[in-house]
Amino acid sequence: MALNRIFDISASAISAQSQRLNVVASNLANAESVAGPDGQSYKSRQVVFSARQPDRADGTAGVRVTGIVEDNAPAKRVYDPKHPLADNEGFVTQSNVNVVEEMVNMISASRSYQNNIEVMNTTQQLLAKTLQLGQ
Amino acid sequence: MLDRLTGNLQFQGQALLLRAERQKVLSGNIANADTPGFQARDFDFAKALQAATTQGAGAAGGGAITDPRHIPVRGAGGANDPNLLYRLPEQPSIDGNTVDMDRERANFADNTVRYEATLRFINGDVRNLLSAIRGD
Repeated sequence: MALNRIFDISASAISAQSQRLNVVASNLANAESVAGPDGQSYKSRQVVFSARQPDRADGTAGVRVTGIVEDNAPAKRVYDPKHPLADNEGFVTQSNVNVVEEMVNMISASRSYQNNIEVMNTTQQLLAKTLQLGQ
Repeated sequence: MLDRLTGNLQFQGQALLLRAERQKVLSGNIANADTPGFQARDFDFAKALQAATTQGAGAAGGGAITDPRHIPVRGAGGANDPNLLYRLPEQPSIDGNTVDMDRERANFADNTVRYEATLRFINGDVRNLLSAIRGD
């Protein structure tokens, strides 16, 4: 029954999108983090999506997260000589998170999440109606 | 005589299977809306239904069984593996993804309504069949 597989496909997408939201939350939470004594600041992380190949070669695929990559953009440097972690020149190294980009990412992830939830709701209604067939 | 009664039911059953299949393909497209390089798929419903219904009668494309030890070969274009095509993108994106969410959602809603219509047709056929059997 093909309708049963839709739950699998949509669930994989929902799980992938929620992982993306998780990463966005982590990035936003650490947007203002400053580098510790080792000089390493928080690096923005991004999830990588790829289509999950189905067991049958029928072309339909779910989604999976193949990995989380760190953004190698240069870290933000803020002039704040009174800060306890400021370097010799008076600069504090912050994370390289782009807050605007992360907000856009968050909205996109939440819309995709909603779309997949709606697909599941519709499929569930169709299956319920199919079960009542002939009654 | 009975096959004339159930012939229509058979046809609607095939249509229902294909509608479910298409629903699955469309849900795969919606699921992969953010996957880089994913190409949206779909199939021609009318052609797939024609192939599925004629296959039952003439086993087009399937292997002929001339010996009892032969393993039946299913022809291409059966009810469960319609010819999947790639959708032509109207507004291609830079990451190679060709899912147009508006179009996919519209197709999904359309397919849902048609699936429900097919369910109603089957229910109607069953009711007709039962009233013919009862004779009332």
